[in-house]
Amino acid sequence: MAIELKMPALSPTMEQGTLAKWLKSEGDAIEPGDIIAEIETDKATMEFEAIDEGVLSKILIKEGTEDVAVGTVIAHLEGEGEETAAPAPTPEPADPVPGEGKDEGRDEPGGVSAPERPKTEPKSDPDIPEGTTFTSTTVREALRDGMAEEMRSDPRVFVMGEEVAEYQGAYKVTQGLLEEFGPKRVIDTPITEYGFAGVGTGAAMGGLRPIVEFMTFNFAMQAIDHIVNSAAKTNYMSGGQMRCPVVFRGPNGAASRVGAQHSQNYGPWYASVPGLIVIAPYDSADAKGLMKAAIRSEDPVVFLENELVYGKSFDVPDLDDHVLPIGKARIMREGSDVTIVSYSIGVGMALEAAETLAGEGIDAEVIDLRTLRPLDKQAVLTSLAKTNRLVIAEEGWPTCSIASEIIAICMEEGFDDLDAPVLRVCNEDVPLPYAANLEKLALIDADRIVAAAKKVCYAD
Amino acid sequence: MAKQPASKKSPAKSGAKKPAAKKQADATAAQDDPDFVLHSLQEEFDANKRFDADTDQMMEFYRQMLLIRRFEEKAGQLYGLGLIGGFCHLYIGQEAVAIGLQSALDGDKDSVITGYRDHGHMLAYGIDPKVIMAELTGREAGISKGKGGSMHMFSTEHKFYGGHGIVGAQVALGGGLALAHQYNEDGGLCLAYFGDGAANQGQVYETFNMAALWNLPIVFVVEDNQYAMGTATKRSSAETRFHRRGTAFRIPGMDVNGMDVLEVRAAAEVAFKHVRDGKGPVLMELNTYRYRGHSMSDPAKYRTREEVQDQRDHHDPIERLKKTLIETGKTEEELKAIDKEIRKIVAESADFAENSPEPAPEELYTDVLVEEY
Repeated sequence: MAIELKMPALSPTMEQGTLAKWLKSEGDAIEPGDIIAEIETDKATMEFEAIDEGVLSKILIKEGTEDVAVGTVIAHLEGEGEETAAPAPTPEPADPVPGEGKDEGRDEPGGVSAPERPKTEPKSDPDIPEGTTFTSTTVREALRDGMAEEMRSDPRVFVMGEEVAEYQGAYKVTQGLLEEFGPKRVIDTPITEYGFAGVGTGAAMGGLRPIVEFMTFNFAMQAIDHIVNSAAKTNYMSGGQMRCPVVFRGPNGAASRVGAQHSQNYGPWYASVPGLIVIAPYDSADAKGLMKAAIRSEDPVVFLENELVYGKSFDVPDLDDHVLPIGKARIMREGSDVTIVSYSIGVGMALEAAETLAGEGIDAEVIDLRTLRPLDKQAVLTSLAKTNRLVIAEEGWPTCSIASEIIAICMEEGFDDLDAPVLRVCNEDVPLPYAANLEKLALIDADRIVAAAKKVCYAD
Repeated sequence: MAKQPASKKSPAKSGAKKPAAKKQADATAAQDDPDFVLHSLQEEFDANKRFDADTDQMMEFYRQMLLIRRFEEKAGQLYGLGLIGGFCHLYIGQEAVAIGLQSALDGDKDSVITGYRDHGHMLAYGIDPKVIMAELTGREAGISKGKGGSMHMFSTEHKFYGGHGIVGAQVALGGGLALAHQYNEDGGLCLAYFGDGAANQGQVYETFNMAALWNLPIVFVVEDNQYAMGTATKRSSAETRFHRRGTAFRIPGMDVNGMDVLEVRAAAEVAFKHVRDGKGPVLMELNTYRYRGHSMSDPAKYRTREEVQDQRDHHDPIERLKKTLIETGKTEEELKAIDKEIRKIVAESADFAENSPEPAPEELYTDVLVEEY
């Protein structure tokens, strides 16, 4: 039975080419791997190898023929009568994805339309039983307590990073962990972010529950490839086979007078990546409850802390197992005139602004997003429906920010509820300067949030 | 001219290692342990270079290498027909590396990780060629449900952890797999493959440092196929004898002819024993040759046809083993029968891959996250 040899595609985008040269003649015996022809495109010349064994019985396209369409039968190979699975069907790249490799087709009529994305409702915070006592705890201690509790209950959980063990943490977040859990589970790494982020990610793939501390997220830029390409995408690329339950954590955002390279908010960067969970808590109870949830999650989590908040104290409920839902925002202060959405350090400024506004007769509602991905859209929209005015306060750059995202959500899904344009209060769009006065000018503060809130209330 | 993998390291060079090591030892004698054994594995390997396989083992190696060869040829053909898209990196020529090394693994304990040229490593596990080919054609029955493609395939069942598209990333990830072996005290080791191109990535050395520092059970394997995409090793690498690159981290190196499956297996025995004995990582350099372009769309203009033909004619790993098998009394007919059987398996995998349905549209949204939030 004759095997049809067809014009091959040499690249994903090739549609036709020149049959430059036949290296075998009719009647020649062909072995698998023999080069039988040369094919040319405008980009390259490539060799066409035989896969089957047999005799080249008929050449159908002469050498030198131009514009031979991919899939055209160019020759016949007479097999030895031993195999053959029927040759592949017509090679028209069946049902190509519209737009794939071409700048066209995405919204063609009759094109493939994506099915509805399944929706999930965020869970609510668990009720705190009546009579629960609270202990004033710093955010730093709350984070440590959350980690320690999970390490006690799950032997797979371990911490690795620079100075996390003997030094007790560059910002003392891992204080005491080495003493309790020993060097096997509290691992000092060399200063080698890309490497240890990869090692942590690989350990998660291998079944452990690593907590990878970055001394600050600024240094995680050296490791972002593993966070995005290795950790976030593997579950999807493996069709759900290979999980990566790792927590990347550390301080994020501007510290104080450390200059541009050590002062940046990566929330929007990571929040743009499908496959990641991104958490950025403000107070101690949320820091602890969300840290515990992050460690238990089967998904990779980026946990963004803030150095300037580490030392602040807040009440934490005295519960054996205080775990909070990921993906759920929290109303920090109820109000009816304007909504201020924020996260991380910005929440403190938003609350301060709300106090000032209250003194001026404006009743502001403050929402702490807590999780940046998945974002609790519903909480934002519900509040907007109530107040009809919204401001976002974000300690970070304005361009392509969480603030931009919130504005888009309000436009797309809350337009009819808006009585004023949504405003964003963000850092100035410059690298963070060192000089004290310039730094102060560049960063957000409560006064700016107050001004924006008054503007959307048309109260200035 | 490319280096000849089989003869790349002359005996004279091997002989020169000792005085060099001695000199270094003298210079740092105060800090050096007396048993610093960077070269002991090479010496042990050199003493017995070809694995003493029985005929059945050799027949199995032959069968597995042939499966990879025929599978990859078919993949190339399906690519040409437009049934496989994107990037597709074929393993043709390098078969002895995966088979020689992976045949020495303990399948219940050990893990493997590699880069994007991963079809051969999966086939070496005995994973059904159908689900691999169906992944290449992007079908629901593919091992990654059609969502990974050629470069992103995994089998946690076999402890095969991919299949990674970023050059060198699998080395650090492999370090993590090794850390998990050590942490769990499961007695397993991680075999982490990377190419001569990846060998110039910084994270490889970050991982060497941590692996040696923490005594991780990992075997680093440089598959030196002579070209980092289109750049010959001598144009990209200041030190082309890659097995030496662990020296700064006190990782012993081994220099192995990757075109002879029995040599590869013999080297694997030495390396794996070292790691299993708790002596820390090993760096193996497997000198091999890729017959095809870097990927399907690479015309391979950076080398001559004669160079490739010379490799095929004089160093082909399958032909080499075939010769050994015939010397031991196997007949051409017996080997031909294997070829016929393999062709049938590969043809069936291609049929399956062509005729399986594409993933359902709903699969677009599955597996992004494991949990619901």
